[in-house]
Amino acid sequence: MAESILGKLGFGRASGVDKAGWGRTLAVAVVAFIYFLPVLFIIFTAFKPQGDALLVPPTLSPTSLFGLIPDHFVFKPTLENFGSVFSRSMTPDGAPEATGFDRYFFNSIFIASASVLLALVIGTLAAFGFSRYPLKGNDTYLFIILTTRMLPAIVVIIPVILMFRVVGLSGSYLGIIMLYTAFNLAFTIWMMKSFFDELSPDVEDAARIDGSSGMRVFFKICLPQVIAGLAATFVFGLILTWNEFLFALLLSGPDTRTVPVAMNQAVSSGGRGTDWTLLAAIETLFLVPVFLVTFFLQNHLLRGVTFGTVKR
Amino acid sequence: MSTIELRKVTKRFGSFTAVKDVDLSVAAGEVVCLLGPSGCGKTTTLRVIAGLESVTDGEVVIAGKVMNNLPPEKRDIAMVFQFYALYPSASVGENIAFPLYHDGISRAERTARVNRVAAILHLEHVLDRLPNQISEGEKQRAAMARAIVRDPNCFLFDEPLSRLDVELRQSMRGQIKEVLQGLSKATVIVTHDQLEALTMADRIAIMKDGLIEQVGSPHEVFAKPANAFVASFIGTPQMNLLEADLKTFADGTAEMAVAGINLAIRTDAAVARLQPGKVTIGVRPRAFTATDTGDRGTISARAELIEPMGAETLIHARTAAGADIRVVVTRSQRVKVGEALNLRPDPRQTHVFDGAGKAVRS
Repeated sequence: MAESILGKLGFGRASGVDKAGWGRTLAVAVVAFIYFLPVLFIIFTAFKPQGDALLVPPTLSPTSLFGLIPDHFVFKPTLENFGSVFSRSMTPDGAPEATGFDRYFFNSIFIASASVLLALVIGTLAAFGFSRYPLKGNDTYLFIILTTRMLPAIVVIIPVILMFRVVGLSGSYLGIIMLYTAFNLAFTIWMMKSFFDELSPDVEDAARIDGSSGMRVFFKICLPQVIAGLAATFVFGLILTWNEFLFALLLSGPDTRTVPVAMNQAVSSGGRGTDWTLLAAIETLFLVPVFLVTFFLQNHLLRGVTFGTVKR
Repeated sequence: MSTIELRKVTKRFGSFTAVKDVDLSVAAGEVVCLLGPSGCGKTTTLRVIAGLESVTDGEVVIAGKVMNNLPPEKRDIAMVFQFYALYPSASVGENIAFPLYHDGISRAERTARVNRVAAILHLEHVLDRLPNQISEGEKQRAAMARAIVRDPNCFLFDEPLSRLDVELRQSMRGQIKEVLQGLSKATVIVTHDQLEALTMADRIAIMKDGLIEQVGSPHEVFAKPANAFVASFIGTPQMNLLEADLKTFADGTAEMAVAGINLAIRTDAAVARLQPGKVTIGVRPRAFTATDTGDRGTISARAELIEPMGAETLIHARTAAGADIRVVVTRSQRVKVGEALNLRPDPRQTHVFDGAGKAVRS
């Protein structure tokens, strides 16, 4: 297991380093580290004692690395903040209360995965249709599908709120899932269409001659060839949906609240100023699911599509 | 009965006619090659037979049944594609087994059949690999195996050897021919390579601009081309086609002016039917004899370019009037650039085409 994780992270693939050389590899590592720095800082903050969050200069490391880092940059890691995410006292001297964050995490996971999967199923079928059975004015429809994504969410939200009011979908799971599905559909159709467009029509012709119905051609021949595309679309859709704030803020109710919305309310309520370590702890927990999904799908993401058998 | 019949088949794409009034019948066990330059409609004809394109007009009859409105999956045919079209995400073995899933064949029988064709085509060692992990030749054989694994009405091949290197192409040509002989199915092979057509086909249909110009055995299309196009298309080096002005014909000898030279050439007796006027004379490069002295039966020309081809030598010669003539002589016959040649065409191999390009033959 350890070996495979290392392998996934790119270690042990000697050929990579061999080709680019250590110099370039190191340069890329530095840039990657800079990219990762804000995330790392938040993760560290999540483990800091409450008082440490606003220290100047900030504490930087949970360990002194065998004396390498001076003591005043080192903080003493604690899990206290993670406990406060789910249960803490809301008033200065009150007893700890449940914060409902378990519910919000469930909401986020349920709403994001349901809408992304739904969009993936519908969108992949639609994309195949657009790719293989073009309508008159095919491109126009594709363009129209994308228009909702061309405007800032804040503009689209007004008619959406009105529509939700009229049909009574505000605050329900169904409403928010439908909305996210609709938004993800645009992206899914465009992504998957380009993947289907790249497939060799000969292979499908061959499958039909070999006796396959249209359905079987789609499921047995086309779909296996676009797994990388499905994985990429799923991950990007998931990240977009997972982090969505504005629609969730305005359209979810107390029972269907997602983590980004709850996070906002948790840190700004109580009039005690922002509790940075609590925020960092929520963010760290919030990062885990997407991080895991992306991590386990990255082999598919990186592999790209194999167009091996049909050379042009 | 495994037969294919095309009756007045026409295929139009918008205003473009890709295939026009094609009549063709392929008997059981017969191999017919559709041969022609790019864009002549041969692949479209094949796709029409397969059902991948619908016909605009006419009838496609396979195994005695009109198939016009049947989709490809209902036609029970097997096809080998130019780019093999193996299923990229399935192993070679699964690729070969794929057509069997629809015939309700048991797993054991399926494995047995796959192993049998894999043995015939020497694919046993790659059955577990993916298509992109095997060589070009193996892909070709895998595509072939997938076609012969079941018992279809007929076989269709679209440029089956075009992606192989020369050596492999020769050995595969033999292998395909051998496999097809054992199957006795109607087979149509599309190719632009005349050597492939001449070696593999029982009959060749030569196409141009959507029309079939001639259907005949390899020997027929070579020895008795129906028109100037077929004559120039079949045979390497290309047949010499010389513009000529026919004057008279008597006693099997035609008096004509070829490239400004007055000649008396023995030709087919049917030339008597022609009115004096423009004709085209076709002589294959190997049908000339170079003589020491010229007379009224020879064309005089000067060697301009010499191309040794191994056993033979190809000479590009030019007449005084500027007409190019290709002549093939044996290796032992030494010719130098600039040398004057007197070329006597073999009367039995001299073709006369009338003003419309049609062969004049009795």
